[in-house]
Amino acid sequence: MARSLDIVYFAWVRERLGLDQEQVALGEGIETIADVVMMLVARGGVYAEIFADLAKLRFALDQDYGLPASPLGSAKELAIFPPVTGG
Amino acid sequence: MIRISVGPDDFDIAVETARVSGQGGGAIASFIGQVRDDGNLQSLALEHYPAMTEKALHKIAETARADWPLHAVTIIHRVGKLAVGDNIVLVITGSDHRGAAIEACSFIMDKLKTVAPFWKKETRTDGTTKWIEERASDVDASQKWDLRKN
Repeated sequence: MARSLDIVYFAWVRERLGLDQEQVALGEGIETIADVVMMLVARGGVYAEIFADLAKLRFALDQDYGLPASPLGSAKELAIFPPVTGG
Repeated sequence: MIRISVGPDDFDIAVETARVSGQGGGAIASFIGQVRDDGNLQSLALEHYPAMTEKALHKIAETARADWPLHAVTIIHRVGKLAVGDNIVLVITGSDHRGAAIEACSFIMDKLKTVAPFWKKETRTDGTTKWIEERASDVDASQKWDLRKN
């Protein structure tokens, strides 16, 4: 059975996509956060615009920060969002 | 004792201070962040990542407790729509001496601003909206603690 991953989006990433979450199937060779992002960029359109510049984005795997090179492992949820601005 | 609370409701500073005071020690430091009136701000909308927020705040509080001798840490952060002058965040630390309480409070705020998953969107009096961007000075303030520890 294919692996799947829930992706959640926040702030302007969520607004520009018009989507707060989606589930994606992980094909062969999709092993890191960067692999997932490249898969999203390949969809083109607004995905390509938003996810082309990784420096503008932050990532969390199962609610812990990760880097583009971080392996997905058995994570269930990937969050993609802009740098935080609370406080 | 660590108390973390995230939600739309305002906080009562006297009640929260008494709670920290009740955990012992004679030094209590606190920080309150409010919505700043910079001329034509109408309101702020605060979004967060519910599954991650409390986890991230707990981690910050635990790190502070490991680095300073604290009796209590309280972190309260509001979400939702806030008006100019409204409270946004409250941090209170309790220790035996002021140095630890003040430093830990400062550490918690610096980390909260750069690690906790909150995002602010501002609405101007003319109706335009904009997501607030990360400030380099906040990132520097946060990193300064990491450098100090090494």
